[in-house]
Amino acid sequence: MGIVSPGFSGRRRAADLPPGQYLTEDFPVLSAGPTPQVRLEDWSLTVTTETGQEHRWTWEEFRALPTEQPTVDLHCVTRWSKLGTRWEGVSLDTLLADVETTADYALAHSYGGYTTNMPLEDLLDGRAWIAFRFDGEALTPEHGGPARLLVPHLYLWKSAKWVRGIMLLHQDQPGFWETAGYHDYGDPWREQRYWGD
Amino acid sequence: MNTETPAHLDGNAAAGALREVFAVDLTTAAGRCENCGRTVVLAEARLYTRAPGLVGRCPGCEAVLFRVVRGPDRTWLDLRGLTCIEVSLPDA
Amino acid sequence: MARAAVLGRLTWRVGTVRAVRDETPTARTLVLDVPGWPGHEAGQHVDVRLTAADGYTAVRSYSLANAPDADRVELTVQQVPDGEVSPYLTQALAVGDPLEIRGPVGGWFVWRPGQPEPVQLVAGGSGIVPLMAMVRAHGTSGGRAPMRLLYSVRDPASALYRAELADRAASDGGPEVTYAYTRAAPPGWPRTPGRIDADLLAAATWPPEAGPSCYVCGPTGFVERVADLLVAAGHEPTRIRTERFGPSGGSP
Repeated sequence: MGIVSPGFSGRRRAADLPPGQYLTEDFPVLSAGPTPQVRLEDWSLTVTTETGQEHRWTWEEFRALPTEQPTVDLHCVTRWSKLGTRWEGVSLDTLLADVETTADYALAHSYGGYTTNMPLEDLLDGRAWIAFRFDGEALTPEHGGPARLLVPHLYLWKSAKWVRGIMLLHQDQPGFWETAGYHDYGDPWREQRYWGD
Repeated sequence: MNTETPAHLDGNAAAGALREVFAVDLTTAAGRCENCGRTVVLAEARLYTRAPGLVGRCPGCEAVLFRVVRGPDRTWLDLRGLTCIEVSLPDA
Repeated sequence: MARAAVLGRLTWRVGTVRAVRDETPTARTLVLDVPGWPGHEAGQHVDVRLTAADGYTAVRSYSLANAPDADRVELTVQQVPDGEVSPYLTQALAVGDPLEIRGPVGGWFVWRPGQPEPVQLVAGGSGIVPLMAMVRAHGTSGGRAPMRLLYSVRDPASALYRAELADRAASDGGPEVTYAYTRAAPPGWPRTPGRIDADLLAAATWPPEAGPSCYVCGPTGFVERVADLLVAAGHEPTRIRTERFGPSGGSP
């Protein structure tokens, strides 16, 4: 830790946040690359099982699925948290209902090449969605539109923007940030930011 | 913080993070993009900084050239997007 | 390739604010004494670290504004609305306060007085700061390479270093300085306010045949547009060096 800067207080904190997090009211845009612009007619979502079987939805087919409207808290590993965000999306329980798998892990991949991994069970039981609407509006490209993964109980880098597919795997396969120092699981309440945390 | 957030900076801005690890200024080094073969001075990479780490991309093909993640007492460095780096070392 | 000296480990140093100087209502220059400062080159930057009492830290990069100088460091900080670091640096920090910095870093966006070719500087807004270090280094060294500066600002009041640039432009061998106003020009100004375009570049900057080194600094959109215009005008892309800065005024 450096010397204290007199009169520098940094950001606001809230008692009910995960350790090391700060409250923000706006919605910071983080990006590891250029923002993909995906036309709805070109968009699709593919779930690929460990046996190579593919389940694919066009935008039209995806939007015909039943949706949910979760209100959730977001925790970004860059230390901001945003509370009570309102989304609309399709539950992964719905998408995976007819998928036969014995896989234990999932690797989400996105338009633009981003990837992130998590145990498959963290995508189930009403804990994860493919979200296409934020705060009542269509999801903008900078926030991951047309659709992003939303796994709010893990750090936000797991909620892959511009998601295009989910691969189901027997072995955990670290994604973009997980191969560069970030935690394979990323539970904000246990402050699992980096390798070994 | 909004849609006008600049998409990227220059590789120059990674100079401090790289100088924590290297005894030379790596931003003046030339590297070859593993994806497209272009030779890029790292200072001229497209650097994405509003992210959990620094991501340097090829100005020609946007492939990732390098990534730097800084933890509280550690740094992770991934250079696998660069097949080779040329560092100038003039005789002192 | 630029030279790469083997350097010591980069560590944080504690500087002391010796003076502050308001450049505009929203930009302030901090003059720091930094014991053991290894010196720097025009165009380099430093990282600044602020630490709150509970250990929270914020790091930002700022360009050095002064010509290379033994153990003195000058940073000009443009205040960013709702910023986290720049309001502290421009309003709270006072003479006598400590400030942690490390550097200098970055050996690419650098002008060295020994370079013989003409120099073309193009600044957008507070992108003038590292280019001002080059103007000052040029003056200090009695640089013989002819230098031109094209400086794009919103309006006359937001120009940094205006008086000093006028003095330097009037001095023997000083830089030729041209302003471009994007929103509001002074009364009687010959050009309608607007962004830098090919005509203005042709009128106010070195032609490609002069073989200048070009340094472009400003917000991302500005830098990309100017670099594209310079290439379209016939400048070698390898002779154009750029430094984009982010919304924090430095690079986050």
